[in-house]
Amino acid sequence: MLKQIRQAGPWLLSRIEKMYSAAFTPAWNPFYHLGALTIFFFWVVVVSGVYVFLFFETSVTHAYESVEWLTHTQWYLGGVMRSLHRYASDAAVVTIGVHMVKEFITGRYRGARWFSWFTGVPLLWLVFPLGITGYWLVWDQLAQYVAIASSELLDVLPIFSDPMARNFLTNESVSDRFFTLMAFLHLIGLPIFLLFAIWLHLLRISRPTVNPPLGLVIGSLAALTGLSLLWPALSQAPADFSLVTTGIGFDWFYLLAYPLLDYGSPALMWLVLVGSSTLLCLLPWLPPRRRKPAAVVSLPDCNGCGRCVADCPYNAVSLAPRTDGLVYANEAVVDAELCTACGICAGACPTSTPLRRKSEFVPGIDLPGLPIRSLRDWTLAAAVQPGGEPGTRVLVYGCASGVNLAALRHSGVAVVELQCIAQLPPAFIDFVISRRHADGVLLLGCRENDCHFRLGVQWTDERLAGKRDPYLRARVPRERVATYWGGQVTQAEIASKINAFRARLRALGPYRPAPVTQSTYEVAP
Amino acid sequence: MKSWLRYAGQAVAYAAFIALLGFFATAPAYSPIDPDAAMIKLSFVHVGQRKVECRKLSPEEIARLAPNMRLTLDCPRERLPVIVELELDGKLLSRRELAASGLSHDRASSIYQKFVVPPGRHLVAVRLRDSARTEGFDYTRSTEVELKPRQNFVVDFRAEAGGFIFH
Repeated sequence: MLKQIRQAGPWLLSRIEKMYSAAFTPAWNPFYHLGALTIFFFWVVVVSGVYVFLFFETSVTHAYESVEWLTHTQWYLGGVMRSLHRYASDAAVVTIGVHMVKEFITGRYRGARWFSWFTGVPLLWLVFPLGITGYWLVWDQLAQYVAIASSELLDVLPIFSDPMARNFLTNESVSDRFFTLMAFLHLIGLPIFLLFAIWLHLLRISRPTVNPPLGLVIGSLAALTGLSLLWPALSQAPADFSLVTTGIGFDWFYLLAYPLLDYGSPALMWLVLVGSSTLLCLLPWLPPRRRKPAAVVSLPDCNGCGRCVADCPYNAVSLAPRTDGLVYANEAVVDAELCTACGICAGACPTSTPLRRKSEFVPGIDLPGLPIRSLRDWTLAAAVQPGGEPGTRVLVYGCASGVNLAALRHSGVAVVELQCIAQLPPAFIDFVISRRHADGVLLLGCRENDCHFRLGVQWTDERLAGKRDPYLRARVPRERVATYWGGQVTQAEIASKINAFRARLRALGPYRPAPVTQSTYEVAP
Repeated sequence: MKSWLRYAGQAVAYAAFIALLGFFATAPAYSPIDPDAAMIKLSFVHVGQRKVECRKLSPEEIARLAPNMRLTLDCPRERLPVIVELELDGKLLSRRELAASGLSHDRASSIYQKFVVPPGRHLVAVRLRDSARTEGFDYTRSTEVELKPRQNFVVDFRAEAGGFIFH
């Protein structure tokens, strides 16, 4: 049952993402840019917030009036900015929520990835107070509720000598000083900490994407602006402490937990908040633990070229001065704590070629759990499998992390599993075709922009196109190489791709290598 | 997929997104209490009397003190707990013994309590003891009040203002 639930998550996510990819294209699919979209919404909040603040009066007596003036008198700009401020902050909560659920479902929070997950939890503790203090400043009925409820929540902690909620007993007891404190927290204190926390969250990621594609920026901004014009954010009745607030227009994105205070207790709310945060923090270490052994460097085979360093998506490989006395200046060094065992480094290593004539096939850097030597053995084993129409034999290299390879095994093709599609050195494709182990090579990986190991699909595309070292050699006939970045595809989908590829190979006829010329050894343009 | 179909798909996705944002940013409305109910809040900060009375020091005791710390009275810091009772229509709603705050129990006692009550005419009575007496109270006050729905009736206490204050 538990296994079925675990499998249902990725399946459902894959269906939704596929739908969005059809509408947005994989390049603009919002599900592949959730973190960057959140950061974009943050900047919308900052810019609109600065504009709103220009007209805002930080005082109990005039705050409400100033916001009302901005909303109604200057509705065409101030009102829109206020609405953008609110809706962009709500949108950020949505993207954060979906981002978390997605990373959880796809298991991208375990092993070396614990750091980004773990540092995401304090981000939540900054984002929610940032939104809540913003509602406080409007000084309407919602602000009144938020002020009292938040104070009651904080009063449970032994940090104030007098109950903070006493500041909101009557209309006379509210002071401007408190208002100034809230304004400081909302405008300066929390945003600065939030920026620092975002930096920390991305610290261990190589080439983090902090800006969504332009299409998504334009689309999201247009949608939020449209919403701001159609349904502008409005204040409720002004705060009045002689009355209890009821029937409040509630922002459920930020205040979802608050009913726990009223229908439970402040202690219960703390228990839920701290308990769920602790659970989130511990998730990466809870069973089942599946950490795979980190990549290892074989110094006699490493010339310190740095290709593995350039390709590692998690900054786990670096160059250090040579320690073994060989003539090279540097050697690759793996930080096991940061390594996700994706194998992209092995795929980037120029020594990972099955074509080289050496008795022992050991690349400069490799995965102990899935060495390149095994890939060659499996490739050779797969190539001798009987059956299949001559001239249409397809060898599939598939990424086990993001692709449903089980669907493939029923499709009558030979499959070699990799950790990530970029673990495959391009020389293997040359090896398979030039030695006629198969008539064509099909590479299967995660959906574009959604690689399980972030950059595997991108690096593979660039290697095949001759834009990234190690290149696929020019002599390899490109028409015999196909890629399909489909992620969790169904058996029917993959069968259709394979049949189409076989038809292409059939039309091409048997492979005949071109005569050897100088250009054979050059890279593809 | 045809490009117009893709753009239509995007439009639907954006529309669904802003509908989600627009709706849950203000709805459904929330009521922390029944909108037909009223509320009584009992809250104050008050320092109880000293647990041990001040004692006048003898000249010898004063002489033993450092010159810059010579006082004529020895006043132990600890304060008595404050006892407070709130009654509504003759029925006890709350009785609390509020310990003095601070590591040495030398600071104020405080309370913040809320009671959701039905609207209408009520007799509210409050009593407070901050001394060492074992029976009776040092401050009492009662009033008859017509509470309207949603009314926030506050019972505060300030000794310098003569005791309980009703807002």
